[in-house]
Amino acid sequence: MEIDSDIARVQAERRKAEELAALSVAGGFDTDLYGGFANRYEGYVKSIPVNDADEEELDPTEREVVRKLSSYTAPKSVLLDLPRGENGDAELGFRKPQRIIDREDDYRARRHSRPISPERTDAFALGDKTPDASLRTYADVMREEAVRRGKEETLRLIAKKKQEEEEKRKEGGGAPLKPIKPVQQSAGAVPGPIGPTAGVKRRNRWDQAGAEDASKKPKVSSEWDAPDSTPGPSRWDATPTPGRVGIEATPTPARRNRWDETPTPGRFVDSDATPAGGMTPGATPAGMTWDATPKVGIATPTPKRQRSRWDETPATMGSATPMSGATPSTFTPGVTPLGAADLATPTPGHIALRTPMTPEQYNALRWERDIEERNRPLSDEELDAMFPQEGYKILEPPASYVPIRTPARKLLATPTPVGGTPMYQIPVEDRTQQFDVPKDAPGGLPFLKPEDYQYFGSLLNEKEDEEMSPDEAKERKIMKLLLKVKNGSPPQRKTALRQLTDKAREFGAWALFNQILPLLMSPTLEDQERHLLVKVIDRILYKLDELVRPYVHKILVVIEPLLIDEDYYARVEGREIISNLSKAAGLATMIAAMRPDIDNIDEYVRNTTARAFSVVASALGIPALLPFLKAVCQSKKSWQARHTGIKICQQIAILMGCAVLPHLKSLVEIMEHGLNDENQKVRTITALALAALAEASAPYGIESFDSVLKPLWKGIRTHRGKVLAAFLKAIGFIIPLMDAMYASYYTKEVMVILIREFQSPDEEMKKIVLKVVKQCVSTDGVEADYIRAEILPDFFRNFWVRRMALDRRNYRQLVDTTVEIANKVGTSDIIGRVVEDLKDESEPYRRMVMESIEKVVANLGTSDIDARLEELLIDGILYAFQEQTSDDSNVMLNGFGTVVNALGQRVKPYLPQICGTIKWRLNNKSAKVRQQAADLIARIAVVMKQCHEEQLMGHLGVVLYEYLGEEYPEVLGSILGALKAIVNVIGMTKMTPPIKDLLPRLTPILKNRHEKVQENCIDLVGRIADRGAEFVPAREWMRICFELLEMLKAHKKGIRRATVNTFGYIAKAIGPQDVLATLLNNLKVQERQNRVCTTVAIAIVAETCSPFTVLPALMNEYRVPELNVQNGVLKSLSFLFEYIGEMGKDYIYAVTPLLEDALMDRDLVHRQTAASAVKHMALGVAGLGCEDALAHLLNYVWPNIFETSPHVINAVMEAVEGLRVALGPCIVLNYCCQGLFHPARKVREVYWKVYNSLYIGAQDGLVAVYPILEDDGNNTYSRPELNMFI
Amino acid sequence: MQASDRFNINSQLEHLQARYVGTGHADLNRFEWAVNIQRDSYASYIGHGPLLAYFAIAENESIGREMYNFMQKMLLPCGLPPDKEED
Repeated sequence: MEIDSDIARVQAERRKAEELAALSVAGGFDTDLYGGFANRYEGYVKSIPVNDADEEELDPTEREVVRKLSSYTAPKSVLLDLPRGENGDAELGFRKPQRIIDREDDYRARRHSRPISPERTDAFALGDKTPDASLRTYADVMREEAVRRGKEETLRLIAKKKQEEEEKRKEGGGAPLKPIKPVQQSAGAVPGPIGPTAGVKRRNRWDQAGAEDASKKPKVSSEWDAPDSTPGPSRWDATPTPGRVGIEATPTPARRNRWDETPTPGRFVDSDATPAGGMTPGATPAGMTWDATPKVGIATPTPKRQRSRWDETPATMGSATPMSGATPSTFTPGVTPLGAADLATPTPGHIALRTPMTPEQYNALRWERDIEERNRPLSDEELDAMFPQEGYKILEPPASYVPIRTPARKLLATPTPVGGTPMYQIPVEDRTQQFDVPKDAPGGLPFLKPEDYQYFGSLLNEKEDEEMSPDEAKERKIMKLLLKVKNGSPPQRKTALRQLTDKAREFGAWALFNQILPLLMSPTLEDQERHLLVKVIDRILYKLDELVRPYVHKILVVIEPLLIDEDYYARVEGREIISNLSKAAGLATMIAAMRPDIDNIDEYVRNTTARAFSVVASALGIPALLPFLKAVCQSKKSWQARHTGIKICQQIAILMGCAVLPHLKSLVEIMEHGLNDENQKVRTITALALAALAEASAPYGIESFDSVLKPLWKGIRTHRGKVLAAFLKAIGFIIPLMDAMYASYYTKEVMVILIREFQSPDEEMKKIVLKVVKQCVSTDGVEADYIRAEILPDFFRNFWVRRMALDRRNYRQLVDTTVEIANKVGTSDIIGRVVEDLKDESEPYRRMVMESIEKVVANLGTSDIDARLEELLIDGILYAFQEQTSDDSNVMLNGFGTVVNALGQRVKPYLPQICGTIKWRLNNKSAKVRQQAADLIARIAVVMKQCHEEQLMGHLGVVLYEYLGEEYPEVLGSILGALKAIVNVIGMTKMTPPIKDLLPRLTPILKNRHEKVQENCIDLVGRIADRGAEFVPAREWMRICFELLEMLKAHKKGIRRATVNTFGYIAKAIGPQDVLATLLNNLKVQERQNRVCTTVAIAIVAETCSPFTVLPALMNEYRVPELNVQNGVLKSLSFLFEYIGEMGKDYIYAVTPLLEDALMDRDLVHRQTAASAVKHMALGVAGLGCEDALAHLLNYVWPNIFETSPHVINAVMEAVEGLRVALGPCIVLNYCCQGLFHPARKVREVYWKVYNSLYIGAQDGLVAVYPILEDDGNNTYSRPELNMFI
Repeated sequence: MQASDRFNINSQLEHLQARYVGTGHADLNRFEWAVNIQRDSYASYIGHGPLLAYFAIAENESIGREMYNFMQKMLLPCGLPPDKEED
């Protein structure tokens, strides 16, 4: 007790003394500088991004910093692994949700029009049995595909004929033919018009005058056909039972075809929909034509059709038979009639309906809900709070009064604007579904977004488990888990994912995929959600294995679009899934599933299928797929099949790269005939595929291409346009594989045609020509003289024109090709030709010139630039630099820097002019200009030093110093960077303004929270502290120390590292005591990151100023009875011993009592940190004769091997490993042997774990020290060899 | 498996066993451990040239013969495994 109070008293005294010291030394705490302790952390981002991914990508400047700082001994593990705030992703809340559909282009959006195909038979599972008629077999699918192709063909012919007739008529000037009325109009029983829908082409029926529609399809499809307009059950004839995704199969004919199947989840039809429910009219190839329709639907006035009115388009509506009041004629065509979202409030019924909504509707719904929430009836408590207590009386409501709670009823109580809507049915109200009331999802389910209701709405129906059938219960269970995966918090997600995986086989493939796949097709899916769902599929694929076979095509339909997603990670994910799928289902099933799509009429389907096939090839090996590919590529039936087959080869080459080499010959062989194919598209793709193969196999494998050289050669002479471009590309990629001699010959041959095509107006051709020129020029056999004489004149005349700078891809390609040519012909030839263009009036063109010059100079230097050219060059660059108006990519800046650095001392005469420009631009009104000027100083500082322009630099230093008041952080950062560059080259002593003036000016800037400013500032301060600390009074350094503490919170690793190092320099400059006191005080703060950085800083101070200056104070601090402080001390010790390495041998005995205490502490973290300190200590002093102390510490570490907390046990195990290194494996083995055969299994497990790591670490060393085992009966355990003695 | 095992090399004991044959586990018996010890020892003798030469001199054999003998002994260093009657 007495001791405690003594300590407290001493500490209080010291604190007082410190305060006094601080007052006297630092001139008092400037409250406006340092602020009160309480609000010090205001305005900080409290959280830090969870992962360090963003920090791994260093930008060039940071890389520079890293390089400079690489001499510092920074604690890598700690800086990489800084503890972060809890609410790391809070900022995600501000991010706009990333819906996939929003960034899809038209082509990618075509995935929505692909139906999820019904499952197929699994030929393997069936064995010899005949497949059930209700299941689709491969034959069915192929037959349907054939029918579809036939239909397409006929439609095309009809359209063609029509057009011809039309033309003939026009020529004849005859009266226009009366449009043929659609059949269903004469039938009269069908009131609604039929409109062409999203898949216009396919849905037209040929038994009616569909050809007319086909010929004008682009006009008639309106925006309502957009992605989710595919016909679902129309919203007024399905009952609002949300979420019951097709439990009961629709009573469709036994042989279902894919048109019954639904493209969107909404179309998993309920049994209580119309009997003809599953049929999309018009799309059914067999049966069900319009004339036959109303047999069933007649009972109600609503025709029981599947086609919803969403699909209807104004164009056809006009021609529809008017119905009495049924067609809302008041609506302008194009506005969807009767859509619930267009009415005042969407009724719950509408929400519940599982028709997919447009994103706009979702938004409307979201706001709606928000407003509902605010306008809800006031509760009694709220009224009580509002009204005075007396003077009011609460009346009983009349007995007959029933409040209307649901807006649906409110809405329906008033007449709808469209008087009398016979087509509208009042949805049956389900009182349990009050979706307008934001209600907590039951059972700890995550929050439901409005768009989720159509999938997960049924989870909100509280239903007792007993009431549900087992299937229903299972479905509900899956739904819950999926919702948790999709919307839940990370832990929820994790457990749900695990459950789904574990129970995958129990749930069954059908139940799982039936819910997951529609979700994946949902139009409102976001990237993150898709990622999670794809992950679910990936996991369950492993578990389901061969059970997935019937669902392969279903899955492919959903996953294939990922392969062409613009997001790289989505593409990778898609590949992974398909490759797992092919491993699970096997090659035969994959081929059977995808074969029908190979000659699908839709190019989109073929494209994605080809990509999927290439993934299958990479998963199962190219040889496995070769026979199939061969058959497909030589298909006689359709060019589409050949096209797709060859495209698969192309994709394989792109995907697998040089892995195609072993199969190169066979791949080339199976597609070489495509070069002479009758179809132009096949010829093109063949050439492209060859190009891809040659690119993938470069620089090997020319012999495999021998057979195609001739046809290619002939091809480039006979073909024109696109095909020629493709052929040229193939040749361009094959030439680099050739020997020098052949390459030179072939280049000369092809160059004639290339030069002819230089003038082609076709963009694609231009790009390919440039690419081929680049390839040819870079090959060995092509001589510089030849290029100079034959290529350069035409090349520059045709390509170095302003227009080329406007398209980004052309720009890039041209620059690359020019650089490649320059590599052959040298700098002056190229630069001489373009240097005048630096003064061109078009800015993009100047930029292109500058970029080329920069790359050429960076590659080749400036040695062959003569004086005249040099003058022109500098002149041009200065002009271009000054004239730039917008440059976000810093092309001009980089070019300027590169050229000046390459010229070196030759630039001296121009420096005054350059500096004049810079000074003038530093004063510019535009922040961007000022920033660039400062950046330019940073880049040319080294050259200025080379040119001995120190006076000029000093002058620039003063100018920059004057601009330190800059208010734009980006500019300020650049100015600091420029100052740093100048200080670096001219040194501390010669710097103007003098360091003693400069540094105080920097202190307040350290407060700036902008990352770029912080980084440049701390670098500059650190540099001064390192090299010129003596120019600045100690008081100023202390002031800076306080600022630096704040910087330990920076997000960027580079900043934290520079800060920690700066502590070291300052401590060195002004002595460790004051700095240490500041740091030790900082151990008391709450924030973990701050404390960790502080411990690192303490360790660094200890390293720079020798441990003995720091250890006493540090160990004394351990006596403070406060967890954070003690742990901080231990952590500092751990870092300290890590840094000082073998220097630690002098201090082990000093800290051992402290570590003893810590290793016996009740607190886990104490033991953990102490263990890691022991580890570092042991590793540092291994072999230096400190075994006694270490063995002593091992006795304290050892009992902790039974810890279960992951961090603790890890630290303890590592400590044991460290001690193994220092003490030798013998001692640790002896400790181990106590428990290897302990009767308690738990004990044995732990001991074997220790033994295993010991064994892995010192297998050989153990041989000498294994225990002596006595022979036992038949078994010899002894090792007599070790007893041999000579 | 314990939570702590997730982070270290013991997380995949099977993998560990496959890579380091000599590692053990809680159900290892005396015989199996002894076999590992013996094999490790012979491997070590063969691997260290001076040690091998020492043994060769002691046994009056050529170094090659000694090496061959050790390798042969690695096949069944402790004899046949005892019958598992304790299970």
